[in-house]
Amino acid sequence: MPRTSRRNLLFGTAAVSAGALLTACTSNEPRNAAPGTDDAVGNAPADDKPGAPVTIGFAGPQADHGWLNAINENAKRRAEKYSEVTLEITEGSNDTAAQIGQIQTLINKKVDVLVILPADGKALTQVGLQAMKAGIPVINLDRVFASPQAYRCWIGGDNYGMGLNAGRYIGEQLKDKPGAKVVELAGLDNLELTKQRTQGFDDALKNYPNITKVARQAAEFTVESGQAKMAQLLQAQQRFDALWNHDDDQGVGALRAIQQAGRDDFLMVGGAGAKSAMDAIKAGDGVLKATVLYPPTMAASAIDLARALGQKKGVGGMSELEIPASITLYSAVVTKENVDEYLPTGFN
Amino acid sequence: MTQPAPVTTAEPPAGTSGDRPPLGLRADVRNLSLLGVLAVLIAVGGITRPDQFLDTSNLQLVLTQASVIGVVTVGMTFVITSGGIDLSVGAIVALASVWATTVATQEYGFAGILFTAVVVGLGCGLVNGVLIAYGGMVPFIATLAMLASARGLALQITEGRTQIVTVQSVLDLGVPDAYVLGVPPLVLVFAAVTVVGWLLLNRTTFGRRTVAVGGNAEAARLAGIDVRRQRLYLYLLSGLCCGIAAFLLIVLAGSGQNTNGNLYELDAIAAAIIGGTLLSGGRGTIVGSVLGVLVFTTITNIFALNNLQSDVQQIAKGAIIVAAVLVQRRTARGTGEA
Repeated sequence: MPRTSRRNLLFGTAAVSAGALLTACTSNEPRNAAPGTDDAVGNAPADDKPGAPVTIGFAGPQADHGWLNAINENAKRRAEKYSEVTLEITEGSNDTAAQIGQIQTLINKKVDVLVILPADGKALTQVGLQAMKAGIPVINLDRVFASPQAYRCWIGGDNYGMGLNAGRYIGEQLKDKPGAKVVELAGLDNLELTKQRTQGFDDALKNYPNITKVARQAAEFTVESGQAKMAQLLQAQQRFDALWNHDDDQGVGALRAIQQAGRDDFLMVGGAGAKSAMDAIKAGDGVLKATVLYPPTMAASAIDLARALGQKKGVGGMSELEIPASITLYSAVVTKENVDEYLPTGFN
Repeated sequence: MTQPAPVTTAEPPAGTSGDRPPLGLRADVRNLSLLGVLAVLIAVGGITRPDQFLDTSNLQLVLTQASVIGVVTVGMTFVITSGGIDLSVGAIVALASVWATTVATQEYGFAGILFTAVVVGLGCGLVNGVLIAYGGMVPFIATLAMLASARGLALQITEGRTQIVTVQSVLDLGVPDAYVLGVPPLVLVFAAVTVVGWLLLNRTTFGRRTVAVGGNAEAARLAGIDVRRQRLYLYLLSGLCCGIAAFLLIVLAGSGQNTNGNLYELDAIAAAIIGGTLLSGGRGTIVGSVLGVLVFTTITNIFALNNLQSDVQQIAKGAIIVAAVLVQRRTARGTGEA
């Protein structure tokens, strides 16, 4: 869309200009389109040569969050890379019943392999079983089904490890500081993953007796809640040394609250691996010193696994003839030292 | 809901006789058991966190956090007073905030963001108003449809991404440097909207017509009020408030996200109802609504200061709603109202 023509329109009549501005305002294309979620994994998959045709069904939750949007993009881009792969993708939904319906439609279409990122793993176990019974192998992405019978392979992030690595990083930074205090800005408290992240963090801190966690508040993975809860935390805790924030999206709000409170007396560690967080770490002039990854690239890997499964192949570099039953990603800590390496995986 | 709605109309429908309450605030103060609740909360806050709660920076924080939802609640109070409901306020805030923070909009700077937020709010209000006033749709359904479509459009515009604001003049409005005599600009906007809302409801023909339509729409029509046009204006007003609130939220959070304004509709309705506005229409109080917002914000603040978790906060919120409404009905009967 040419920008100049839009601007010229603005100098028309008042009515026209209002309309033009609003139209212009729907555009979201950044000026310098960053690669962002571009096929972030550089490593070639097991075997790049085209094989037998495979149709992969993909069902995920509604992409109302930067990370989930990156999941969809990673899956699509990776599927496009293979000429013999057809991706049947359903509309995302956070409604359990709706997602079950979508997966059943994919089963009826007789796709070769299913990749499912359930909005709620436990609630969707039955439909996973149904697919497996119908002879369609399921790659369970991230939020795990309640029964191992419901999937052929699980691939996902390590929420406990995220908390653990965040705690270790903070512990190492503060280990020489007597009476150090840390606070935690958690994510949605009704999600299992939030409890796991907190548990990992608490377990890591046990190795550092000089550190006490003095406060924990749960936000809702949104910028608005991150700002509101962080502002309260900053008010309640006039002095602390480190902050662990579960999610980089709510971290945008948390950083805003920190800026508004004029505080810079602590270090902050984020979670997930958003591009904005990595940019801030790279700039190095704020409180955000590190973020613990929960890489959306797992969606691209899930497509690789689904393709290998459809073509009855193993994974390159491993001796096994079959793909593994489960793969847990590593929650790497991104700091100023290694940020350049991870920046291409940062999502918007 | 035990009393018939029309009885509570304090003034004659057309309201041309200049029959104002002797004291401007009388109608509002009548139901202010909430002032007591607020006083108790302030005492609790002061006792549990004496070092923090009454600190200037904390009071600034409480008022700032009340501002966004407060502006929405003022608009909501008008709609409920007229016997309507607006379930789409949270979604309109979301849509206005993401539309106003797209890369293209930010090119036009401060004015572009403010203009877009307000125009989108007004546009949504216009659609609501036309559907309800001239399309004959029930407010509950029309605004429910707006809730769904505005949230969907907000999601479509952002594709789930967080749109970070880079316009410095907008960001500057949300930091302490911009405070006027210690008052954050957001709070000033909230105060201004409150004063204008109070004057509009209590001191103008528009306000009297709003109460009349809510008390008995047919009687209002017979008294010569253009009920349809009045309803259209009321939803426009609510949309305008959402647009202003969206701008405040952009200043506060420094970004636009499709999840913005989540559940604002319920918070705004709850604040208005515990403030003393009748859900069946015919009586509304801006002062009560603002106190309702302050009560909720103060609870959140006290709980956060004492490091209590969100589940406890939600339970307390529910209890406060029930208690406030029960106390209100009791005092209303006790003073022999109507």
